Amino acid sequence: MISKVYEHPLIKYLRKGIRQPFCSGCGNGIIAQCILRAINDLKVDMKKIVFVSGIGCSGWIPTLFNADTLHTTHGRPIAFATGVKLGNPELKVVVLTGDGDGAAIGGNHLIHAARRNIEILTILVNNRIYGMTGGQVAPTTPHGMKTTTTPYGNIECPFDLCKLVEAAGAAYVARWTTFHVKQLISSIKKGFLKEGFSFIEIVSQCPIQYGKYIDLQEPAKLLLMLKDLSINKDKAKTINEKELKEKIIIGEFVDREVIGFSKAYEQLIIKVREKRNE
Amino acid sequence: MNEISEIIKPGNYLMMGNEACALGAIIAGCRFFAFYPITPANEIAEYMSIYLPKIGGIYIQMEDEISSIASVIGASWTGLKAMTATSGPGFTLMQENIGHAIMTETPCVIVDVQRCGPSTGTPALPMQGDVYQARRGSHGEYEIIALAPSSVKDTLLLTIEAFNLSEKYRVPVIILSDALIGHMMENVEIPDLSSIKIINRKKPSKLDESQFFLSEDISPMPTLGSGYKVHITGSTHDEKGIRNVYDPIYVDNLVHKIYAKIHKHIDDIVKIETRYLDNSKVLLLSYGSVARSALHAVKLARKEGLKVGYVKLITLWPFPEKLISNMINNGEVEKIIVLENNMGQIVNEVKRVLHKDIEVKFLPPEVLGTIHDPMYILENLKKNMG
Repeated sequence: MISKVYEHPLIKYLRKGIRQPFCSGCGNGIIAQCILRAINDLKVDMKKIVFVSGIGCSGWIPTLFNADTLHTTHGRPIAFATGVKLGNPELKVVVLTGDGDGAAIGGNHLIHAARRNIEILTILVNNRIYGMTGGQVAPTTPHGMKTTTTPYGNIECPFDLCKLVEAAGAAYVARWTTFHVKQLISSIKKGFLKEGFSFIEIVSQCPIQYGKYIDLQEPAKLLLMLKDLSINKDKAKTINEKELKEKIIIGEFVDREVIGFSKAYEQLIIKVREKRNE
Repeated sequence: MNEISEIIKPGNYLMMGNEACALGAIIAGCRFFAFYPITPANEIAEYMSIYLPKIGGIYIQMEDEISSIASVIGASWTGLKAMTATSGPGFTLMQENIGHAIMTETPCVIVDVQRCGPSTGTPALPMQGDVYQARRGSHGEYEIIALAPSSVKDTLLLTIEAFNLSEKYRVPVIILSDALIGHMMENVEIPDLSSIKIINRKKPSKLDESQFFLSEDISPMPTLGSGYKVHITGSTHDEKGIRNVYDPIYVDNLVHKIYAKIHKHIDDIVKIETRYLDNSKVLLLSYGSVARSALHAVKLARKEGLKVGYVKLITLWPFPEKLISNMINNGEVEKIIVLENNMGQIVNEVKRVLHKDIEVKFLPPEVLGTIHDPMYILENLKKNMG
């Protein structure tokens, strides 16, 4: 017999009257909760956070949050977020994007935001397939895999997004899976507080579209699969390249001190004005 | 903070159309400008990059035109007046996000300094090829405002007007300049800044307000970070911004409302300029750079005793149909000749409005990519009146 109904501690962060849009077993629920747990731990004011998202399943995550949310066009959330951050540098700007949104159609904005080190926390949900449109091949789909549009197997190689963003100059770069919730929450907190561009890739499960092609649709088993495929970045150095190709390398790859773009712009304004007053 | 008086002082100046555009934007209150280099719009960005940091505004060169307009929309929601500038190819790249600005009712100004197309075309020569693109370049059904300056002074004043309309009606406003107007130098009188009317968007006043979209009389627009927890989406939504992508009733409501908010106020939005209408049998209708030649030709024709009148469209979209049909109400006008530096775009709108009443003819320049020689127009007029 249930004697007391407890309210979920994160319910206060949810927008009222919104229908949960995700398929059963989707990783987006875990990710939404990790983001809210990080915010709850940091005790930041939701009023000062703006969530900017793109198109694809991941773009619907912020819809759940009772906060300012800007749902944009396919591939462009980082570009919209750049305007938000520069328009009001006091705001904390968090981008939710996917592997199709952020790495295919929006790949260029990702690179340039990392190069500029604009103070945006970008959370990229990588389910390694186009889920919303019916399971087409993505730039993150493993080599050889069959999808709706690679019926004979994928002949392309997947992107290592963390390496890409690291090379472009981002302040903070990490990768986890939806299995690694503790590490993920801690990374979100770090990325949230970091000056410069922070990038967290989350390899997530898609039981419906991805699961269909690997013949594994049970969410719990998919999570265990992600766990088994994961290898810590230090351990990854000890195994050969061929073996590593099958693996998901997890960990924090970059944590460096940079000057964020909006701060650099502020300094520029001060310099220009001093010159004028001379 | 009246810092702009330090960079803009009343007086007479010789300046380029593109510079007048930058100054007009700053006078209007523009404090965010994003850009990707393209001829013949570059000077707008060059001036903005000099002026904006001096007055605490933001200038950013983005990685393409798609991100330029995207960042403009983002900045507009933080409460800043925001603008981008480009030319044909970049304008095409912006179209999807212009649709987003329409859908989310985001005030912003987009300057298209038109060049010859299609494709890369001829970058430094003028053409009026983007008139339809301004109206229908993004997919779906919507209404938009587009203005066409025909001089450097016009560029200054219409840029201010573009911001005012954009703020008032929460709609992107397009300025259709061209390579000729953008690059020409003319004398411009900058009036006392306090005499210029500046309109700012309506904001919600109470925190319990929640209807920020889809009012025919223009909903208040909250600023991100001010506690309204606004849900902004390019997907079909209701008055509160909440998405519904299942029920066609929501599509119907949304499209009708974004049409209605412009059409209900069309008399406040549209403007044309007319001269020499008295006793005119033939009217020359033009806009933008071509209007300069048209006016010259009308003056020459009047000297020769020809009863010719001059009509310049200032607003291209929404099409000023009531103003145009009123012009021929006196029953004297027999013919209207539409002059455009293209293969005929606005002429189709004029035909739609007037074809039952009078003859509508079209005259492109002798050579596309140039504006009409006034003597060429005069010869054509004589043939038409002969």
